[in-house]
Amino acid sequence: MSESDRPQPSRQPISKSFWIKLVLVPIGMFAFAFALVPLYDTFCDITGLNGRTNSNVYDGKIIGIVDKSRTITIDFLSATSPGFPVKFYPMTKRMDITPGKIYTINYYAENRSDQVIIGQAVPSVAPGEAASHLKKLECFCFNNQEFKPKVPVEMPVRFFVDSNLNKDITNITLSYNFIKVKNTNKVDKAKAGLTGL
Amino acid sequence: MSTTTTDLQDEIDTHASHDDHHHGPEKGLMRWVKTTNHKDIGTLYIWFAFTMLLIGGAMAMYIRAELFQPGMQFFDPQFFNQMTTLHGLIMVFGAIMPAFVGLANWQIPLMIGAKDMALPRMNNWSFWILPFAGAMLLSTLFMEGGAPAFGWTFYAPLSTTFAPDSTDFFIFAIHMLGFSSIMGAINVIATIMNMRAPDMKLMDMPLFVWTWFITAFLLIAAMPVLAGAVTMMLTDRNFGTSFFDAAGGGDPVMFQHIFWFFGHPEVYIMILPAFGIVSQIIPTFARKPLFGYSSMVYATASIALLSFVVWGHHMFLAGMPIGGQLYFMYATILISVPTGVKVFNWITTMWRGSMSFETPMLWAVAFVILFTIGGFSGLMLGIAPADIQYQDTYFVVAHFHYVLVTGALFSIIAAVFYWLPKWCGRMYNEKLAKVHFWWAVISVNVLFFPQHFLGLAGMPRRIPDYSLQFADFNMISSIGGFAFGASFILLTYIIVDCIRNGKPVNGRVWESAKGLEWSVDSPAPYHTFDTPPTRKQILEETSHIGH
Repeated sequence: MSESDRPQPSRQPISKSFWIKLVLVPIGMFAFAFALVPLYDTFCDITGLNGRTNSNVYDGKIIGIVDKSRTITIDFLSATSPGFPVKFYPMTKRMDITPGKIYTINYYAENRSDQVIIGQAVPSVAPGEAASHLKKLECFCFNNQEFKPKVPVEMPVRFFVDSNLNKDITNITLSYNFIKVKNTNKVDKAKAGLTGL
Repeated sequence: MSTTTTDLQDEIDTHASHDDHHHGPEKGLMRWVKTTNHKDIGTLYIWFAFTMLLIGGAMAMYIRAELFQPGMQFFDPQFFNQMTTLHGLIMVFGAIMPAFVGLANWQIPLMIGAKDMALPRMNNWSFWILPFAGAMLLSTLFMEGGAPAFGWTFYAPLSTTFAPDSTDFFIFAIHMLGFSSIMGAINVIATIMNMRAPDMKLMDMPLFVWTWFITAFLLIAAMPVLAGAVTMMLTDRNFGTSFFDAAGGGDPVMFQHIFWFFGHPEVYIMILPAFGIVSQIIPTFARKPLFGYSSMVYATASIALLSFVVWGHHMFLAGMPIGGQLYFMYATILISVPTGVKVFNWITTMWRGSMSFETPMLWAVAFVILFTIGGFSGLMLGIAPADIQYQDTYFVVAHFHYVLVTGALFSIIAAVFYWLPKWCGRMYNEKLAKVHFWWAVISVNVLFFPQHFLGLAGMPRRIPDYSLQFADFNMISSIGGFAFGASFILLTYIIVDCIRNGKPVNGRVWESAKGLEWSVDSPAPYHTFDTPPTRKQILEETSHIGH
């Protein structure tokens, strides 16, 4: 026999809606934790926080203003995730650029395994504030890349930095991290998941 | 027809007399397994928390022994990391939180004139999950690959891609601990809302009840987010999802956001009940009503609300734009306003009071002073540009040990000394308890204060070895650590001695204490407040209204 079976004079009635609310709060917060995932993605895309740059082709008008009064140093970095046997590095490590002008550099990649590898490059820009000002006209990060065994390729990145970039920023780092697309049958799906990174 | 009615009446009568206060607890071990009595469950919680405190404390002794000198002495770095991880997890989820739930179980029904908790069977369940969760967490130590070694914050990808297999057991342990806390919190809310004496208004409630009420809301809002985070870890590890794996479109930094969205309310879950305890003890021994009762309630509520919007100050160096840093910095420092209200209210309560320094008061005053030191170092850490220097150094370790050891733990010890005579009807040895207090309060400062200097000089946390310039302060800190650890042997003796040989006390253990819990006998009978207290009684026992 538990206490709840006993007559309880000091107990005020507990309404059903109160119970429902009490139980719904934890369930709702559990769901909210998962809702944070798309919220976080959206928030970073809109604000360019976390160094995220748009992986889509820059389709706006090319800003013609060339700001010759300053130069910005750009460092190019590369990385590959574990289990991605592709030699991958920028052929230009560092360059000084003028805001508003269009530049092209090349990344070198060579699949050192015996199998075809499909990968996706994830770009990241530091400082994060510069991410929305670095516009890409052409980039291997727009699509999945297929690497045939032992075939070296050069992959171009065509970009400019728009002249609205804060004058305090004199250094930008652009890095690419190549990751293996998990299942080649699901390339399109994975690509869909990666657009907007 | 009439016979039936009489039978039924008889049935109800025997039933009532069987279960009610005429009858004590069940005999034997099954009493503790089957109990639905809030006092029994409170006792279970507190002994469980004490056991975990000793286990987690033993791990801290390992850590301080390894750090006594530079170089590797006793353990390999992997084991050291397992120790720091488990020490943190056990202290947070196994010691501090269950201890507060235990105090809530014992005290809240007594303080609001209720017979019991609103959901006695769920109460039993939420306790009995704990030993299994704790055992599962500890069992990872004996598994192949060792226990989790990624720190109590279990950042991805350390806890997903690079973690030992035992991590899945850790995840289930966290799930179970979360279930237990959420059920405990629902019980507290239901008890306060529905079991309160009918004549007790919300603003008549003692502050311990108020702070726990607000804490319970924090718990039901924050713990499920933690459950969500570990569930994502679980599916990332075992079911091919990529919440935190960039290779599948996820983001490891997002883990930190989700974790700290839980983590920051969590730190207030561990300190708000402490505020309540201190607000009960100081008026008793200052012999004055609590200064600014309603401002205390509002300050607690504002701290709770603000705690959900400041998580980013744990992540200033995780890559955050200047606007985000400014927002999180200002929001964080804003919390010092309601916290300051509380500290000043405690000081004003003591001001010109007829103070006496029995052991609970000593611990409460030590809490006010030392918690404030921890609060100040928290302000320093909250300043975004300064945090670049402090992030992940021993300064952070010193900060959160000041708020969690000399804050939360000290308040729990204060509460135990304050209410233990009420629970067991016997008085502890005041002389020994004072010796223990001074021993602990001096050694804890020897232990943690030098860690501020180590951190400012740049010593990183979670590292088993260090360069030579950190040697002296580490040795001092370790000596303080061993002394503080040893003080718990004396504490255990004092408590056991009190329960076995203490002198009997009357109902009002402290002559100046107010509160409904003091209006019942000592030890508190197995069933109390079968009839709710009257309005007159409630007003007489309200500690925040002067007479």
